[in-house]
Amino acid sequence: MTPAAAPRRSVTRTPVEVRLERRLEVPHWLGGATTAGAIVFALALSALIIAIVGGDPVKTYLHIVTAAFGGPGVISDTLVTATPLILTGVACALAFRMHLWNIGAEGQFFLGAWGASAVVLVPLLPPGTPGIVLIPAMMLAGFVCGALWGLIPGLLKARYGVNEIIVTLMLNYVAIAWNLYWVFGPWSEGGFQLTRQFPRSSWLPRLTDLASIDRAFSGLTVHLGFVIAVAVAVMVAFVLRRTRWGYEVKLIGDSPQAARYAGIDIARMTILVFAISGGVAGLAGVSEVAGVVHRLQGAISPGYGFTAIIVAYLAKFDPLKVIVAAIFFGALTLAGREIQPSGIPAMIQGILLFSLIGSEVLLRYRIRFVRRIG
Amino acid sequence: MDLTTILAAGIATGTILLFAALGEIFAERSGVLNLGVEGMMLMGAVVGFGVTVSTGQPWLGLALAMAAGGLLSLLHAVMVITFQADQVVSGLSLTFLGTGLARVMGEGLSKAGAISLLPKLTVPVVADVPILGAFVRDQSILVYVGYALVPLAWYWIHRTRQGLELRAIGEYPTAADALGVDVYRLRYRYVVVGGLLAGLAGATITLAIQPGWFGDLTVNGRGWIAVGLVIFAQWDPIRAAVGAYLFGAISRLLFDLQGPSDFFGVANPIFKDHSLTFFLEMVPYILVIVVLVVGSREAARKRLGAPAALGRPFIRGERGA
Amino acid sequence: MPSAAGEPDRAASVVAPARQPALEMRGIIKRFPGILANDEVDFDLRVGEVHALLGENGAGKSTLMNIAAGLYRPDSGEIRVGGQPTTLRSPRDAIAAGIGMVHQHFTLVPSQSVTENVILGLGRPRFRLDLAAFEAEVGELARRFGLTVDPRAKIWQLSVGEQQRVEILKMLYRGARILIMDEPTAVLAPQEVDELFRTLRAMTGDGHSIVFISHKLQEVLAIADRVTVMRRGKVTAAGRPTAGATRADLARLMVGREVLETLDRTPFAPGPLVLSVRDVRTDNDKGLEALRGASLDIRAGEILGIAAVAGNGQSELAQVITGLRPWSGRIEINGQEVRHGSARDAIRRGVAHIPEDRTGVGSAPNLSISDNLIMKSYRSAPVSRGWVIDSSAVRRVTGKLKDDYQISAPSIETSARLLSGGNLQRLILAREIDTEPLLMVAVQPTRGLDVGAIESVHRLLLDRRAKGAATLLISEDIDEILALSDRVAVMYEGHVVGLFDAADADVGEIGLLMTGGGVEPGLALVGGSGEEIVS
Repeated sequence: MTPAAAPRRSVTRTPVEVRLERRLEVPHWLGGATTAGAIVFALALSALIIAIVGGDPVKTYLHIVTAAFGGPGVISDTLVTATPLILTGVACALAFRMHLWNIGAEGQFFLGAWGASAVVLVPLLPPGTPGIVLIPAMMLAGFVCGALWGLIPGLLKARYGVNEIIVTLMLNYVAIAWNLYWVFGPWSEGGFQLTRQFPRSSWLPRLTDLASIDRAFSGLTVHLGFVIAVAVAVMVAFVLRRTRWGYEVKLIGDSPQAARYAGIDIARMTILVFAISGGVAGLAGVSEVAGVVHRLQGAISPGYGFTAIIVAYLAKFDPLKVIVAAIFFGALTLAGREIQPSGIPAMIQGILLFSLIGSEVLLRYRIRFVRRIG
Repeated sequence: MDLTTILAAGIATGTILLFAALGEIFAERSGVLNLGVEGMMLMGAVVGFGVTVSTGQPWLGLALAMAAGGLLSLLHAVMVITFQADQVVSGLSLTFLGTGLARVMGEGLSKAGAISLLPKLTVPVVADVPILGAFVRDQSILVYVGYALVPLAWYWIHRTRQGLELRAIGEYPTAADALGVDVYRLRYRYVVVGGLLAGLAGATITLAIQPGWFGDLTVNGRGWIAVGLVIFAQWDPIRAAVGAYLFGAISRLLFDLQGPSDFFGVANPIFKDHSLTFFLEMVPYILVIVVLVVGSREAARKRLGAPAALGRPFIRGERGA
Repeated sequence: MPSAAGEPDRAASVVAPARQPALEMRGIIKRFPGILANDEVDFDLRVGEVHALLGENGAGKSTLMNIAAGLYRPDSGEIRVGGQPTTLRSPRDAIAAGIGMVHQHFTLVPSQSVTENVILGLGRPRFRLDLAAFEAEVGELARRFGLTVDPRAKIWQLSVGEQQRVEILKMLYRGARILIMDEPTAVLAPQEVDELFRTLRAMTGDGHSIVFISHKLQEVLAIADRVTVMRRGKVTAAGRPTAGATRADLARLMVGREVLETLDRTPFAPGPLVLSVRDVRTDNDKGLEALRGASLDIRAGEILGIAAVAGNGQSELAQVITGLRPWSGRIEINGQEVRHGSARDAIRRGVAHIPEDRTGVGSAPNLSISDNLIMKSYRSAPVSRGWVIDSSAVRRVTGKLKDDYQISAPSIETSARLLSGGNLQRLILAREIDTEPLLMVAVQPTRGLDVGAIESVHRLLLDRRAKGAATLLISEDIDEILALSDRVAVMYEGHVVGLFDAADADVGEIGLLMTGGGVEPGLALVGGSGEEIVS
C-alpha cells in the first residue's frame, strides 16, 4: 500500500535532518506570498552582486523606480515597453499551459514585424491606403507570419516528435538573420541597417496625438498596441477558462495520456496552439514597428521574446497576471537601458527566475527540521 | 578553399561543440536535462578570457572557466534534483543567469586585446599524411584533449561499473535506488561534470579557437546547437564527435563561401550582394533542425530513445519509471 | 558496507535448528499522514521457514515488510536480525543484514541485461566491467535454485515470470538469507506459481527464510509453514502453524467478518451482439506483435472475462477496442463496422473505458475532481453550450456524481491526486457509467484497492450488466474473473485460445491454456513464453 502522501526523504546527513513533506493542500495565501518572497529575495541577491561588481545597489534600484514610474511620461514609456511583453508573454503562457515549450517568441516577434513591414514596404497595399484599412492589414500580416513561424515547430513536434525547444530556439536565429537580410538588403535605406520610415497612416494612434485636445497628453507615447495587448490577454484568458478548447489545453497540459483517453486529438491541438502562440507573438512585432519605431530595423527587440518566458512563468501562465508581470518587466527593461554594466537587467531576470522556481518548492512541500532517530 | 584547411578548421571549432555535447550526454544519461549549456558556455568563455587577461595565465583561466561552468550547473542540480523543479524551466533560467552574469563580468573585456593562448601542437610524421594530417597539424592542445575524451567517455559509459550505474539511474532510478545506488549523489555528480565540460567548451572558444570577448556573440547559440547534437547523437559520444566535427567543417565551409568572386567560373552571388550572407548564417541553425528531424525519425524506427527517466525528478518512495 | 558475497556462504547454509530466529520485529509503529499503517506490530521469522503474512490490501503488511527491507523507517519499534538489534536506514542496510525484498512491481532496468541488473549497485568491480565473468556466475546461481533465465537476455524481452526470477536472483546474489516476497503470485499463471513454489522450497532447504505476503488463502495454506494475519495495521494472529488451519479461520481473522463477499447477480440473459472482434492484429509499444488475429464476441448483458498472463495481448486488446491503438482486422460495435478507430470515435459509439493506469491515463492528477468528471461529457449539453463550458452546470452535474458514487473528498475542487485508490476508481467509474455506455472495457478495475472498494466496483459492474451493458473484463486475478464473468476467454500470445462458460470453467484447464499448454500447433507462432517474438 502506498499512502496518498509521499514519504519523506533526507537531504542532508547532519544530526538534524531536513525533510521535504509533500503538501496535501496548498493554503490560499501561500502562492502570492512565495512569489512576493521570491521577488524580494532575487532583488536582494542582485543588490549584493551589483555591490560586488562595484555598483551601488540602492542607487540602481532607485533609478529603476524613478526611471519607470517617476511621472506620467515615464509611466507611459513603461507601458510602451510592457506592450510587446504582454503579447509575447501571453503567447508563451498559452503554449506553456499545454507544456509546449515555445522558446521562439523572439523569432515569431521578428516575423510579425517583418510581415507588417512587408504590407507597407513591398508594398502589399498601395501607398495612400487609409489607416483604417492599412493597420488591420498589417496586424493580419504580422499575425499570419508569426503563426506560420510557430507552425514549423508545431508540425515537427506533432508529426515527428521533434523537440520543440531546440527547434524554436534555432528558428530565432534564423528569423533574426532573415530580418537582417531585408534591412541590409532590399529594404535598406541608403545602405543603413534600417528601412525608410512608414507613412503616418500606418502608425498606431498614440496618446500624444491627442495633445491638441488636452496638453497633458503631450509627449505620452503609449499607443493603441497597449489596448490591443490587454484585449488579447483578456480574450485568451476567457478562452482558456471558459471554453471547451481551453479545457482541452488544460487537460493536455496536465496529462497528455488522459487527454488522449478523453478523445482529444493532441497532434492537432499541438499544431493549433503553436500557430496561435506564434501569431500572438507576431502581433507584438506589429505593435512595435507600427506603434514605436515606425520602421523595420535590425535591433527592434532587446530580447522581448526571452523575457516573455519569465513573464509567463511569473504569471503562473495566467494571461491576466501576464499583464501585471509584463509591466514589472517593462519597467526593469526600460530602466535597465541606462544601467551599467549593461548585463545587470538580464542578470536580475535570471536570478529572479531561479528564485521563483526555488520558491515553488515551498508550495509543493512542507520543509521540516527533524532530529534524527537512532 | 581546400579540403584540408576546412577539415582542420572544422575540427578546431567542432571541439567546442564536442565538449559541450559530451557534458550534456553525461547529464542526460543520468536523467537530468540541462538546457543551460549556452549560459554555462558563456560563463566559461568570459571567466577563461577575463582571468587570462588579468593574470596572463591561460591554464588558470581554463581551470576557473571550468569551475564557473560547474558552479552554475550545481545551481541547476540543486533546483532539479533536490527541489524537483521542472528541468526545462530551470535550465532556461540557467541560460538567462549565465548570459546576464557573463555580460556583467565581460564589461570592458571586448577591448582587452591579444592574450596569451593555450599552446598548439603538431604531431610529427602524421602531420604530413594527406587529409589525416589536418587532425594533428598545428591544432590547439584542447583539440587533442577532445580526441582523448571521446573514447574515454564511450568506455566509461559502456564498459565500467560506473557507466552501468549511470545508465541505470537515467533509465530507471527506482531500480538503482533499491539496490543502494545513490541516485541523488550520482545525478549531482554528472550534472556538475556536464557543467565543467560546458565551461571547458566556453574557454575553448576564448582561449584557443576564436580568442576574444564579443558578448553573447562569443558563443552565439552554440550551446543550443550542442543540446540538439546530443539528440542527433543518440546519447553516444562517438556519434557526438562525428556530428561536432562535421558541423564545425560545414560552418567553416559556409564562411569560406563568402570569399571568392566565382566558383569554377560560375559567379558567386554572395560576392556581389553581401546581404545574402545572412542566408549563409541561417544554414547551421536550419541544419540542426534537419538533423533533429532525421534523428527523431531514426530513433522512432530503431526504437532507440532518450534515457527513459530524462527530465523526470526522482523521488524516493514514489513509483515511476 | 553491503556484503558483496557473490555466492551464499556454504558453511552457513547448513540448516539451522528450526527454532532459531532469523528476523524479529517488536512493537513496530509506522504512521503516514492520515493513516496509522502499523500499530504496535510484532513479527518473527525463523530460519528455514516460509512465513506467510496475510491481510487485505491496506492492512499494513507491505508497510511492515518495507520497514524490514529498509525502505521506510519505523516511528518506533525494534528490529533484530539473527538475534542482533539492527537499524535499517536504507535498502542497502537491509541487504547488508541479509534481507532482500521482491516487490510487487519489479524494479528492473528494461534496457539492460539480466546480469547487468543483478550486479547493479554492488559497488563492484572497482572500474572495468568484465560482463562475461559475471554472466557465468549469475547463470550458475540461477541453475542452483532452478531459476530458468538467460543471463544475457535484456529485461524487456522477458516474460513477467522470468522478470520475477531476475528479482529473486538479485537478492540471492547479494547473499540475502531472508527473502521477502510481496504478493509474488499476483502476476503469475497457475503453472508458474507451482514453479515459484519449487524454487522457494529449494531456498528454504538451503537455509534461507522466506516471508510470503499474500491475501490469497489457498496459496498461504499451500506454501507457508506458519502464518501471521494483519488487519487494519494490527496483528490478529501471530505465527500460527498452517497445519490444521482452515480457510474459514484465516478469512475471519483477515476480514473480521464471518463471510467473504457474495455477489448478487441476475441470471445470464444475453441480448443482441454489441462487440464483434475478428482477426485483429496490432503491435505493442516495443513494435512487436501483440495481437495476432484475436477474435471474440460480447453480447448485451454479458460480462466476458479475459484470463491471461500479463503481456499476452490483453492490454492491447483493450486499447484497440477503446480506439487508443491502431489495428488491422475487423471490429464491429453495435452492428456497425469501426473503420478509423480513435478514442473520440469509440466514445461516440458508447464505449466506456476503465483503464489499467488510473493515475496516468484514467485521470489528470493535478486537475480537480470536477474537471476529471467531465472528461467524457464536456463536449455536449448540459456541460457545454456550443463552445462555452457552463460552469454552473458543471458544478451541478459533478456535485451530483460525487454524491451518488460516494467519492469522499472535501469538495469537487480537490485535486484528483489527493484521492485514495478506491475514491479515484469510483470517480472513474462515475464518469464512465454516467455516459450510459453500451460497452464497458474494464482493465484491472480492482487492483490495489481495499476490500470495501473492491466490493463497490464489483457491484457497479454487475449493476451495469443488469441494465444491459456488454462488459469486457480484463484482470490478473483469476478468481475475480470467475466470480464476475458469464464467459471466460483465455488469451495466449495474442490469440484467444479458449472460451468457457464461467459457471462450469475448470481453473486447471484455464491455467494450462494461459501458459501455452494445449494449444494446437500452428495457432501460436512461437512456443514457450518469453522467447523473443519475431515481428
